[in-house]
Parts: sequence; structure tokens; C-alpha cells
Amino acid sequence: MPRGYTGKFLNVDLTRERIEEITFPEETLYQYFGGRGLAAKVLWDRLGKSWSEVDPLSPENILTVLSGPLTGIHPGSRICISGKSPLSNGTVGATASTEFPMELKCAGYDGVFVTGKARSPVYLLITDNRCEIIDASHLWGKLGEETIKSLNAEVRRILTSRKPGIGLWKEPSMIYIGPAGENLVRNAAVLTKLVHAAGYGGYGAVMGSKNLKAIVAKGRGPLPNAVATKTAEILLHEYHKRLISKDRMRRWGTGYGGYAVGAETSSEPVRNWQEEWHDEKSMAGPRYSARFWVKPYWADFNCTRSCMKISCIKSGRWKGDITDMPDYELEAYCGTNLGIFRPEDNIHISAIADNLGISGINTANTMGFAAELYQRGILTKDDFGFELKWGDAEAFTRLARLIVNRKKIGDTLAEGTYRAALKIGKMKGVDVMPYAVHVKGIEIGAHGIRSDKDFHDIYYAVNVQGGDHTSPAAETSPENAGVWTELNAAFADSAVICLFTLIEDLVWDFTHAVTGWNINEEKWCREQGRRIIMLQRALLLLGGPDLFWNPNKDDENPQRFYEPLPTGPHKGKTAERAIVEEKKKQYYNSMGWDERGIPTEKELQRLGLESVNEEIKKLRK
Amino acid sequence: MSSHVWIVRDYIRCTGCRRCEIACSLHHENKIWPEASRIRVFMPFPGLEVPHLCAQCEDYPCVESCPVNALSVDDHTGAVNVDEIKCTSCGNCIRACPGKVPYLHPRTNKAVICDLCEGEPECVKVCTEAGYNALRLVDEDVGVQKKLHALEPNVVAKDLAINLFGEKGEEVI
Repeated sequence: MPRGYTGKFLNVDLTRERIEEITFPEETLYQYFGGRGLAAKVLWDRLGKSWSEVDPLSPENILTVLSGPLTGIHPGSRICISGKSPLSNGTVGATASTEFPMELKCAGYDGVFVTGKARSPVYLLITDNRCEIIDASHLWGKLGEETIKSLNAEVRRILTSRKPGIGLWKEPSMIYIGPAGENLVRNAAVLTKLVHAAGYGGYGAVMGSKNLKAIVAKGRGPLPNAVATKTAEILLHEYHKRLISKDRMRRWGTGYGGYAVGAETSSEPVRNWQEEWHDEKSMAGPRYSARFWVKPYWADFNCTRSCMKISCIKSGRWKGDITDMPDYELEAYCGTNLGIFRPEDNIHISAIADNLGISGINTANTMGFAAELYQRGILTKDDFGFELKWGDAEAFTRLARLIVNRKKIGDTLAEGTYRAALKIGKMKGVDVMPYAVHVKGIEIGAHGIRSDKDFHDIYYAVNVQGGDHTSPAAETSPENAGVWTELNAAFADSAVICLFTLIEDLVWDFTHAVTGWNINEEKWCREQGRRIIMLQRALLLLGGPDLFWNPNKDDENPQRFYEPLPTGPHKGKTAERAIVEEKKKQYYNSMGWDERGIPTEKELQRLGLESVNEEIKKLRK
Repeated sequence: MSSHVWIVRDYIRCTGCRRCEIACSLHHENKIWPEASRIRVFMPFPGLEVPHLCAQCEDYPCVESCPVNALSVDDHTGAVNVDEIKCTSCGNCIRACPGKVPYLHPRTNKAVICDLCEGEPECVKVCTEAGYNALRLVDEDVGVQKKLHALEPNVVAKDLAINLFGEKGEEVI
């Protein structure tokens, strides 16, 4: 067994209430690491042959909750959630920052695979070498804040009663869903620590479909040892020294972006991407910092980057709302993209999103989409039960609740932007797809491509995780040196570490010191990373049962990105179809896909993915 | 002349990075082992991080309470030393501590109490290095104030909650 792992994983079948421990051969771990990679591998092995028939919200789907070999040991502890996505019908590795994976590993497990569906709401409690299914009826319907408070108290009570004499039990760590996941809102998030979300992919709905409210972990064991303990310790110290010396991120997190990305690179969504420029200084970091940041340096286990900052509104209409910063993505999606430019309103919408358990990026994208349809008179007051004007935080609060409770038009919007656009188009007899800003069902991150100063050309169009901004489709080539690509993202999400703490010239030595595996970036991009992306690409293209993507048509930017920017320093600029087509061809070629974007037999064979080749033969016809 | 040192804690500055737990357990256990760290960071609610460690009370109620004399005060630092061979895991020291700081080690089941690393605590080094200064080493005689820090994490967190979140803080724990 390579080091860094506990070596044990859990299989939990909620239908049969059966729990078993499993292991993987070292070769599998070497090829897929953990997190996003291992999830794709397990999904392929167990569901690959029937992939197109598996409904993501059925008991058959597998929810994967995985750490990686570096999690906890490398700075920046995250958990990676995956499964068949109810949005893209492929797979997404969605990660969130939390102590949960550290507790999981200390309890003796690297991850959990959940199948089936519980008869009534349950949660999983994982403690030292033990996993139990516990009734969660009393937690169903609870908001994030209540869920945390109840579970903290309940689990401490359970643990204390089992071992009363050992002293104070520290709180457990948990991942959970809010009412949005319970009500199967397709872009619901998996939440942790009140304000952190694994948002992309819609895995909150997958948890909800299994009647699984939460997974709680508390371990009393050590983290797994590294192969070269002393080397790992020295590298860890060097990591922290460097993280501490980078002050911009420590001081502001990504919270300055709310102003800078709009005003400077002109790539921030404004009013459902009708514009990507604004010069509202109210959205700048200092305004938030001075008025709302109650904890200006906040972090998770083993991280001194401290890019997180806790905001709290202490007076006025939204008194008591708490959120993280908001970070840039939520400044944009719970702010400017809804026409909101007041920090308190922005914090409020972010806090509502977290508490209800919707994804502050994805569901908020759907809210912007709805508001544009209202602006154009396609959806009206009758559909919502109220007016939905840009910038009206009260109205967007009501809209969020409408979606989460699946009331009125909210029931349709709860299907995510793309599916809602299909339905509303039929319902109203108007093509509303031009206003749906998504790629392959995944609402896109808050970095535009039109100005060409931030993200570019095909970053989303051919990304295996659709609109996920943390995993952009950029070629790994000499002229792209230093550019973050989906092959890099596949590493961070499979080693399961934070992309903000990863330091390129240390990470491979660190990987070697922990696991004993001698891998470098070039090798990763040629072997492991490529294999993971290949599998994800195959699963995405196989899709189904309700939606199938055609790369000719769907490896494409949202239509909006071909409309010229109407305002700002890059006014008139737009994505250019000729360049997009050319880059797509280059990218397909560099990834070992044919001219239609389908993985080639030759490349699949090179990577040892013959079984994948058998299944995707039908797509080549 | 006393060479006693003391760790001042400023809870509101703690970021929850838990590098203190890592440094402590690497020093004492040669592993990253948060639950065997002499300093444990509690988090009764997200954002309310409470580093919890021995405050070396003037009257050392834990030492007094030990029926087998397994606990003693270090002449050099003033820290409480645990004699693992003598310790019977009875838990008296936990009950005697006003802050319920000691706990039983997950492997040895013996009492675990901060030993101040012979006067150069590892937790303080990493917290200082990061510039958080939630933990600071001082050599002055802080006297009775020490006991203000021998509190259960929930008690500290309640004040911290109001400090951070205002009226909302009354609801979160």
C-alpha cells in the first residue's frame, strides 16, 4: 500500500442498509489517485456498461465522497464529491474546503461510495473503524445553520456516551444538504462549515435522492504517514513559509475580484451576462473588509493561505446573515449578475444560498436567467407571484425560496438553467436558449471570455466539467506554460488538495515524499491526468437517459458569448467562431480525440482503456 | 528567579488553520495526529475557533487531584508533567480542571497535558511564523489571569460568538 492513504474505503448501500469495507489495488490508486479520478474509475467500472440508462437521481447512481493521498497532509484540506451529475449527465469532481476529509482519514477511511436509497431520511456517522446509518427525520427540512447545530450536539452526545471518561470530545466535521438538495433542485450543492459548498455538478440533489441528509465524521487516529516522513515535514514547512509570504491572497482572498474583474478585465457577469463590465467601487474589497469582515483571516485544516474571510451583517434588514467573504464567484453570481451592487445585499443572497443549500454559482445563474426572462416579458409577475427586477434583493430572496420549495415557476427553474430553458421555451413558445449561460448543462463560472483578458475561447466549450471555472480546457503546450488547465485541475481534484495552496515547484516532490510515487507534471499530463479526463469525456458523451450531448453542436460556448460586449473598455469584442473552431481542433488533437471530439481507439488503448473503447464505438458511427 | 513561561491566547485571532495541532503532534508523536495534540482547536460553530490547552493554574487542581502522583509541576517551565507509567487513566485530572483541558490519549489512554516543549512551544512558533499571534509566549508573571483561560471551549465560544456576530452570536451556540 502506498502511503498517504488509510487504504480502506466504505461501500454503503442505503436500500439494503449494508455497509462493507473495500480496498483498491495499488495500481488503481497510482493511476487515479483519489477524488475526481478515482470517482470516474469506480463509476466507469460499476455503471459504465449501463451509463446511458442510469438516471442520476435514481438509487442506482453512486455518490462518491473521496479524499486523496495528499489530503490533510498537503496544505489546504478539501473533500471531492462526484457521481453521475444530474446536470451534465457526465461526472464532475466538485470540491469544498473542510476538515471533513481529515476526520474521515483519522477515522480510518479514505472515502465513501453511497448507493441505493434509504426508506426515510438518514445520516451516516463515521467514527474509528466504524460506520452507522442513523435516522435523520428530525433534520429533514432544516437549513444549514440548524443542521450544523443539531448534528454537533447530537453526535457529541453519542460519542460522549460511548466513551465518557476520556475528556471533552471535539466536534465532528460534516458534509450535508439543505432543503434544496432534499427537494432535488438539480443544481443544489453539498455544503460544509455553513458557508463552503461543493457546488458544480448538482450532488446536493443526488444526496437528496438517496434520502441522505449528511455524512458526519470524527476520527481519533493519526493521519496516514508519509513514505519519507522527514522530507514531507521539511517540504510542508517550506510550503507554509511561501504561503505566508504571499500577502495579496491572504489579505483579500478573491474578494477584490468583485470590482477588479468587472472594471479591469471586463469579464464579470452583469445582469445575466448582458454586460461584463461595471465600475461600481462599492463591490471592491475594502468596502466589504471595513464594514463586514468580522474574521479577516480564516482557514481550514493545515492552511496558512487564509484566503477566507467571514462576513457578518450586524444591523439593518439583513441582520445576522453570515457568509464567507463572499468570494469573487459569489460577489458576481449573488451580486452583479443579479444587478446587485450593495455589499449587504450581496452578503445576504450568498448567506441565503448557503443556508438553503443551493449552489451560489449555479442556482444563482438560474436566478439571473429568470430575471432576464422577466426583463424581456417572457416570464411575468404571474409566473413568480411577484415582480423580479434587477437589483431587488428582496425579490431574489423570494425567488431562491420559490426554487428551493419548487413552487410556481420555481419548480421549472429547479431543473437548472439548461433544462429550465428547454421547458420554458416549450411553455412560452419562445426560444429562450440564447439567455441560458451554461455549457453542457453546467452553469458557467464567473469569468467571461469575450474581452479575452481573463478566460479564453474554449475554456468552457470543451471542458469535461462543462461550465466549471476551476477546470478550464486549455492546451498544455509550451506557449501555454504556467496556464492552469483541466489536466492540472484533475491533479488537484484527485490528490484532493486546494488549487490555491498548490505550489508547482514543490508539489511533485511532496507527492513523492508522501506516496513514494515518482511523478512529474509532464508525466501526469501524459498518463494519469489524460486517463482521468478521457474517462470523464467518455462518460459525458455517453450521457443519458434524458439528455445526450453531440460534440459537433454542444462543444460550444453559450450563445451569449457571441454577442458583442455592449459596454466598457472592450466594448464590441466577442468570442470569435473561427478561433473557437481552430482551438477546438487543436485541443481535440492534443487530447487524443478525433476531429469530432470523440476519444480515439489508439489513445484509449495506450491508456489501457479498452473497455471504454468498446462502449463509445457507437458514438463514432 | 522563575524561568516560567506562559502561552497567551487571543481567540479572535485564531484562523482555524490548526497548524498548532500539526506542529504539536509532529513534535510529540512523530505523526500528524490532531487528537493526540496537546493543543486542540475546538470549533463549536464555524468561525468560532477555540485553541484549548493547559493554562498552568496557580493552584494546579489537576496535580492536586491525582491519586497516584502521576502529575507534577516542572521546576523549569511550570508545565504539568505526566508520568505515563504511574497514570491509571482514572480521569480525576479532567474532572478537576476548570477548563476540562486534559484528555486521555487515543492510543495509550494516558492523560495528555501540554508540557510547554521545555519552554519553547512548537505551537507558538508556527502561529507566530504565520503572523496570526493567536498564541504568544510571554515570560512575565501573569498571575491569576491564567485562570481566565482555563475555560471549556463552549464558554469561550459563547463570548467569541457575540464578539464576532453581534446579536446573532446569541443564537449560534
